[in-house]
Amino acid sequence: MNHPTRLLAAAALFALAAPASAADKVSDGVVKIGVLTDMTGYYSDLAGPGSVLAAKMAAEDFGGKVLGKPIEIVSADHQNKADIASNTARKWFDEEKVDVVADLVSSSTAGAVMPVAMEKKRITLLSGPATTAFTGEKCTPYNVHYTYNNWMLANGTGREVVRQGGDSWFFITADYVFGKSLEEDTSNVVKAAGGKVLGSARHPSPGTTDFSSYLLQAQASGAKIIGMANAGADTVNTIKQAKEFGITPNQSLAGLLVFISDIHSLGLETAKGMYLTTSFYWDLDDATRKWSKRFLEKHGKMPTMVHAGVYSAVTHYLAAVKAVGTDDADAVIAKMKATPVKDFFAKNGQIGPDGLHRHDAYLVRVKTPAESKYPWDYYAIVKTIPAAEAFPSVEAQKCPLVKK
Amino acid sequence: MIQALSGQLLLGLINGSFYALLSLGLAIIFGLLNVVNFAHGALYMMGAFAAWMGLEFLGIGYWWALLLAPLAVGLVGVLVERLLLRRLYGLDHLYGLLLTFGLTLIAEGLFHHFYGNSGQSYPVPGALQGGFRLPFMYLPIYRAWVVGVSLLVCLASWFVIEKTKLGAYLRAGTENPRLLQAFGVNVPVLRTVTYGFGVALAAFAGVMAAPIYQVQPLMGSSLVIVVFAVVVIGGMGSIAGSIVTGIGLGLVEGLTKFVYPEASAVIVFMVMALVLLVRPAGLFGRER
Repeated sequence: MNHPTRLLAAAALFALAAPASAADKVSDGVVKIGVLTDMTGYYSDLAGPGSVLAAKMAAEDFGGKVLGKPIEIVSADHQNKADIASNTARKWFDEEKVDVVADLVSSSTAGAVMPVAMEKKRITLLSGPATTAFTGEKCTPYNVHYTYNNWMLANGTGREVVRQGGDSWFFITADYVFGKSLEEDTSNVVKAAGGKVLGSARHPSPGTTDFSSYLLQAQASGAKIIGMANAGADTVNTIKQAKEFGITPNQSLAGLLVFISDIHSLGLETAKGMYLTTSFYWDLDDATRKWSKRFLEKHGKMPTMVHAGVYSAVTHYLAAVKAVGTDDADAVIAKMKATPVKDFFAKNGQIGPDGLHRHDAYLVRVKTPAESKYPWDYYAIVKTIPAAEAFPSVEAQKCPLVKK
Repeated sequence: MIQALSGQLLLGLINGSFYALLSLGLAIIFGLLNVVNFAHGALYMMGAFAAWMGLEFLGIGYWWALLLAPLAVGLVGVLVERLLLRRLYGLDHLYGLLLTFGLTLIAEGLFHHFYGNSGQSYPVPGALQGGFRLPFMYLPIYRAWVVGVSLLVCLASWFVIEKTKLGAYLRAGTENPRLLQAFGVNVPVLRTVTYGFGVALAAFAGVMAAPIYQVQPLMGSSLVIVVFAVVVIGGMGSIAGSIVTGIGLGLVEGLTKFVYPEASAVIVFMVMALVLLVRPAGLFGRER
């Protein structure tokens, strides 16, 4: 080797060494986002492959790279089982260099993964889970509860239904942390608005297909409103069987957690007139329509709020990584909480110190078949609930991490 | 209180007759073929989907579907038996269980791939809509229809197997197939027909279920475990046992939903554990 080549070689070596000592520090040379969701089970339509697609769209739209390093999206199926979820998360963090976990779908899996993420200092972006306590007594420093929670659903739907005269309630509740939390939040709202809770029936979930006996108990209670504190296939079956058992003329169903995928599978004839609260509707304005149509082309179905939430959360995360110059969890999460969210998903969004993303929510009514003019034209917006009213305040949440 | 209880018991009876219909097919297949047909839940699901597809793509209504869907799915069953199950006769029960379990996963995965999991809507047929206003509850006509038809089909099947010549051949084929074959009876064909019949029964139950439950790929998987428990409690080979136990367990489950709903998914297995402790062959079974 002669002089110029040696100089060139030395310069090349220095150039290679330089990034390692620069301010940009992306661990393992890649920003890896893991979408951990229910791919094949009861919640797979409202999250599942749609959530993975949303994350991939977010990575693509961001340019496929951040701080010069590639963005990689990986995914896994936790089958709604807490042990599979926590083991997958652990393996992802320890062996596969995953930096952040998104979606999680159900409260039982989220509850199992959040402590693992805290131990390993990785961020969790919850889009599907609902339990309010995840930013309350169960809050962790690295958790963002992004899309919606039980308090939002209870206050949106519950308050409006009571205001319209539905002042006695009976709950049909999924017997696990999500259902019980939703029942509790809604009961509080009903009682605060002057209503009464006449009783509740807790059904095993998943695995219950026949709700006839719970509907019978609800009928016997004489309550004006039957609140369904369950989700996915459970809610769909409850609604269908309520119609079959002649419940609906005398009593009304309140769908506390209903997704557009549920309405699509029930059909408007069965679901019409139902009130529900959502964080996102594809037909809200031009921005939501534009994004949703892209999603529809790739997925074949319109996005649920979980899907839109995953896209927005991943984008917000990537923007924070770019802004702070590293994917170190402490720096990124501080930046995420300091930056307001203003995109097609969240109008006036702000992630609080407890990790709860407070944004506007929408109370909607399911249209009748006559009112629906084109495919997926399912919701009539009744009112927009501003962020401050839609979510509990930081003080009310009582997250132990937030200093008074 | 009595009102509420009667309502729950009637619902329990309805569910019980449904369990009886489902477990009948399973009991027939195990009793006569010695195959643990884990695919029973998936076949039930395929029956429901066949009915839905018939309506959606071919305009075939419920009444025709009751006949055609079991035939179509029964044909699938016949193919499965001829090509796959046939090779496992005489081996340990475990192989049959593993094969049918694998088939279940394939079937559920395929349907999930094409149709997702939220389910498809299937309407209650016009003639069966509405209900009776009983003093203690509103009984949908369709549910009464389900009880009636399930009991009818169960009784008819029991009659065919226990009281007719064909049934006698089927039972003889289990006891001593070689001797039966020596008498000139075509035992392999008999076996195929038996499996096809059991499968058709599962598909028939699926068509009956389509208007009540959402038609979705996992609809069989939650039921099949309960149905297995029913067959085990009734006695693995006994047709009458599975019918009686199906109805009985439906009633027990109905009672549990009234008293302590959180346990309603578990109660069947608790009963199974108790029964097996006292009578290992099941209530009506014979020691093999």
